[in-house]
Amino acid sequence: MNKYNVSRIRNNKLVYWLFISAASVLGLIIVALLIFISQQGLQTFRDVSPIEFFFSSNWNPDANKFGALIFIIGSLAVTVFSILVGGPLGVLGAIFLAKLAPRWMRNILQPAINLYMAIPSVVYGFIGLTVIVPAVRNIFGVASGFGIFTASFILAIMILPTVISIAADALTAVPQVLEEGSIALGATYWQTIWHIVLPTALPGIITGIVLGMARAIGETMAVQMVIGNTPQLAKSLFSPTSTLPSEIVVEMGNTPFGSVWGNSLFLMALVLLIISIFMIVIVRKISSYKAVKI
Amino acid sequence: MKNLFKKTGLMAMALVLGASMFAGCGGTQDKKATSTAAKVEGKVTASGSTALLPLLKVGQEEFYKLHDKVTINLSGGGSFTGQKQVASGSVDIGNSDVALASDLAGKGLVQHNLVGIPFVFIVNKDVNVDSLTDKQYVDILTGKITNWQEVGGKNQKITIIHRAKSSGSRATIATVVLQGKEFTNDAIIQDSNGAVRSAIATTPGAIGYVDAAYADKSIKVLKFNGVAYSIQAVSEGKYPVYTTGRMFTKGEAKGAVKAFIDYVTSDAFQNKNVESKGFIPLTKLPKK
Repeated sequence: MNKYNVSRIRNNKLVYWLFISAASVLGLIIVALLIFISQQGLQTFRDVSPIEFFFSSNWNPDANKFGALIFIIGSLAVTVFSILVGGPLGVLGAIFLAKLAPRWMRNILQPAINLYMAIPSVVYGFIGLTVIVPAVRNIFGVASGFGIFTASFILAIMILPTVISIAADALTAVPQVLEEGSIALGATYWQTIWHIVLPTALPGIITGIVLGMARAIGETMAVQMVIGNTPQLAKSLFSPTSTLPSEIVVEMGNTPFGSVWGNSLFLMALVLLIISIFMIVIVRKISSYKAVKI
Repeated sequence: MKNLFKKTGLMAMALVLGASMFAGCGGTQDKKATSTAAKVEGKVTASGSTALLPLLKVGQEEFYKLHDKVTINLSGGGSFTGQKQVASGSVDIGNSDVALASDLAGKGLVQHNLVGIPFVFIVNKDVNVDSLTDKQYVDILTGKITNWQEVGGKNQKITIIHRAKSSGSRATIATVVLQGKEFTNDAIIQDSNGAVRSAIATTPGAIGYVDAAYADKSIKVLKFNGVAYSIQAVSEGKYPVYTTGRMFTKGEAKGAVKAFIDYVTSDAFQNKNVESKGFIPLTKLPKK
């Protein structure tokens, strides 16, 4: 073995260990995060019963009432409404991008969507606060314009790039032979998309939608700026309420670490984390499933 | 589906980045050396009220000019955090704009009054009411009165925009104005004075409160029982909506901590800096 080979092997080993350590640091951080948040969050149950936390809508820390139902409902509501608007819109956009757009347009749209993903959420929130909130107030004639409607509207826009880019990838990945076969059999292009391309790409499309939901439920700044952040059950889509992340961000700055109040915020964070992990698990299950085998 | 892995990778990276940023967040630490001879030396750490921070920063800078062997660490965290941290011994000074929490009584904390922090009620400019009585404020904030018509304004819904339950400002209004009654939850919560002001400026029929220093031309300041806020009105005992900014130490202050507290409560410092930062000097607070 000559000198050159020895150093090459050594370098190989070095790089190998570099990758391993990078990967373990990453894993370690995630595990540490989970342990820390669970440890802090679960301490809440020493003073607050799980039934109260999950099923009571009375959030009044001064009087030792820690019911987080309002925030859980708020989070679910904005997520569901945003996906109802953003999901179909995103899928339609993805179909256009992947199958219908001429090449030059695709060359513009693709980077535009990536750029769209990079817009910081506080920018969305700021535009929401200064443009959408007054617009909602004027159009619908409501008192403040803060609430689930405005938050869902902004979230629907925010999740579009996630849904579009993942769904478009899935649609592009549908084998050309399926499309050609369908058209050769006399189907129109629309029929081909509806009956062949969409069902084939379905796991990918659902993955995009679920990841969009994960983004929506965890979104903090943009929602916090337009939801109103008040612990009351929303009477309508236009009355202010609060979500898990917005409540955490509004309260955490002034809540002493280690108090029941502080712990209950960690518990909310844990609930969010579990929902997100659950969604990622769903995504992994779906993406391992192939609608058509070729 | 390749892209999905790319995305999970991105998310993980974002997580690591976020974690490291979190770790990087700490108090501010400044060191400044001057030629002045110094008798005291050591380290002072303080946390708590964010409202008092701008004033204490000035205090820190001026203090360094006199004592170059002292390092002062100032950080925020909120009044309750400051109280809790000084009680547990993790900081030397806990800054607070509210009275000591009941569960911390008997922990040997000593209070040093620093300044008066005045609050004003502000409304959107389209509200044609100029003054409310204390009773009317209570009825509005508890949700009993929901239309400006009931207090002499036009037929317009009242939207309350104020601070979160953990806020010291909110605690002050709850004590001074509401006197124990509860705020209605039918309100919009913003997480800082500035955010409250801009939300009120853009929401018709909105009312809320901010530190007096935050009142500007974008909103309209209401009178309290017919009295407009001024330092003189507070001195004469006519304007009650203020609280005392205070510093807690565990036991009597000693060494550098005592020197710093003595400095920021001294007449020389107070007369020069307090009013320009929107606070009331100790000497001008009404004697209770």
